[in-house]
Amino acid sequence: MTAEAHAPLSTPSQDGTDFDARPVFTQERRILGIAASTWPGIIAPLVVGIIALGGWELTVRLREVPAYILPGPLLIVKTLFEDWTTLAQALVVTLRITFAALIAAVVVGVSLAIIFTQSKWVEKSLLPYAIILQVTPVVSIAPLIIIWVGDINFSLLICAWIVAFFPILSNTIVGLNSADHNLINLFQLYRASRWQTMWFLRMPAALPFFLAGLKISGGLALIGAVVAEFVAGTGGSASGLAYRILESGYRLQIPRMFAALLLVSLTGIAIFFVTSTISHLLLRRWHESAIKRES
Amino acid sequence: MNIALARTNAVAAAPAGRPLVSVRNVSKQFANGTLAIHGVNLDVMAGEFISLLGPSGCGKSTLLRIIAGLNSPSAGEIDWPTSTYGAEGEPLPDLGFVFQDPTLMPWSNAIKNVMLPLRLAHVARSEAEARAAEMLALVGLKGFETSYPRELSGGMRMRVSIARALVTRPKILLMDEPFAALDEITRHKLNDDLLSLWWQNRFTVMFVTHSVFESVYLSQRIIVMAARPGRVMADLSVDATYPRDELFRTSSEYAHLCRVTSETLKKAIAA
Repeated sequence: MTAEAHAPLSTPSQDGTDFDARPVFTQERRILGIAASTWPGIIAPLVVGIIALGGWELTVRLREVPAYILPGPLLIVKTLFEDWTTLAQALVVTLRITFAALIAAVVVGVSLAIIFTQSKWVEKSLLPYAIILQVTPVVSIAPLIIIWVGDINFSLLICAWIVAFFPILSNTIVGLNSADHNLINLFQLYRASRWQTMWFLRMPAALPFFLAGLKISGGLALIGAVVAEFVAGTGGSASGLAYRILESGYRLQIPRMFAALLLVSLTGIAIFFVTSTISHLLLRRWHESAIKRES
Repeated sequence: MNIALARTNAVAAAPAGRPLVSVRNVSKQFANGTLAIHGVNLDVMAGEFISLLGPSGCGKSTLLRIIAGLNSPSAGEIDWPTSTYGAEGEPLPDLGFVFQDPTLMPWSNAIKNVMLPLRLAHVARSEAEARAAEMLALVGLKGFETSYPRELSGGMRMRVSIARALVTRPKILLMDEPFAALDEITRHKLNDDLLSLWWQNRFTVMFVTHSVFESVYLSQRIIVMAARPGRVMADLSVDATYPRDELFRTSSEYAHLCRVTSETLKKAIAA
């Protein structure tokens, strides 16, 4: 062999050894832009839902259940449209608190996790208090927070944040510490700085864990906002969806109560859908959870 | 043909007679009391292809990690007489390391994985990208720059790992049983490709393996090690010419060298 510098080796495709051993990923047929295997997962619950709602409507009509005890689904939807202005305002209030709390949870959760992984002493000193904050039921501290803070929206935000931030904190801590030890060695070998290791290695390694936490926290932020508003609402000083539910209950406007409840559920579903989509888009090229293999 | 002599011109970086790395009386005792290696002395000359051969637990990987600076020795020292670190204002470490697993970042595609050592050394993105692309082509992965590790086969991932180790143009490449997890056909192909890379680009290789056949096929020199405690038992030179190929693999010369090495290893284990 001549010492021909930088001569490329034969491409692996020519010898048929390892090129052909590449994994094969499923190439699925798509119907209306959605993978064929996803459709049963959409249709089956949809059918169950339609049957249940139909049965509900039928029962209410046949047995002539009064609307102040159990309104039928059609009446609930009708109320939703009739009271849309009031309910939409309430929805905006609840959404604003939920998303502000979620953003605060992400910022504080991720920042704390990064600080904790930089200093074991800070983690040892502060983590127990984060856990105490998490395990204390928010209902029991919400009245105190509302009294102390004064501004009602800000106190609701704090309550929702307390509920939402822990899954992000604990998941991100696990994620930041889960980087492959050989890769950590590699970074040591190349004299990577602490921040280079954080930015190029620990943060990407933590991403799937963070996103799993985000999915949980998204739902919890809504629950926190609603629960805190119930506490505040009993004091008559709130205007979100939970307050509308309370108010409708007092006034025996049960269809409206159900309409507000429907909006809370739809919001929760939307949050789950959005966080799941974000997670899928960020992980689809590389993480095992987002890849389907044939071989 | 004496390969070492024939190639001294090409390896001008190290002055004649001075080793690239000197391992001096190195011992390593772990915190649990295990004596991983004891009193190892070894000179690695520039441009050499040298294998560390021994049973598992003989400390060959530990020795490699100590040379790489990933572990510190309990006693003794590693000397780099030609001061490979920081010479001529060169900010990159002068060694490449290939682990048993490809150890790629799953979230980065092939070219970004290869660019990593350069990016960590603050080489400009465009230059890093050009050098990484060149290196990927060199290991036979032209056209796979944007493939993610999961989309590649085991052998291709190992090629990316080798490209990453070589992208800083290190003087020495340390390899810790890099092909142990691959099937035999792929391993043979990678052995051949590694030999051509070494032959054409004239770096030094320290190759840890537990395969007699692999060590004889690849190396100029085989350091035979024994366990409990890990120590050097023999320093064999493999007098066979390069290039080595499939013909060499089936030659009686190869069979003979394997038998000699195998017997030495057996004695070392029994000792």
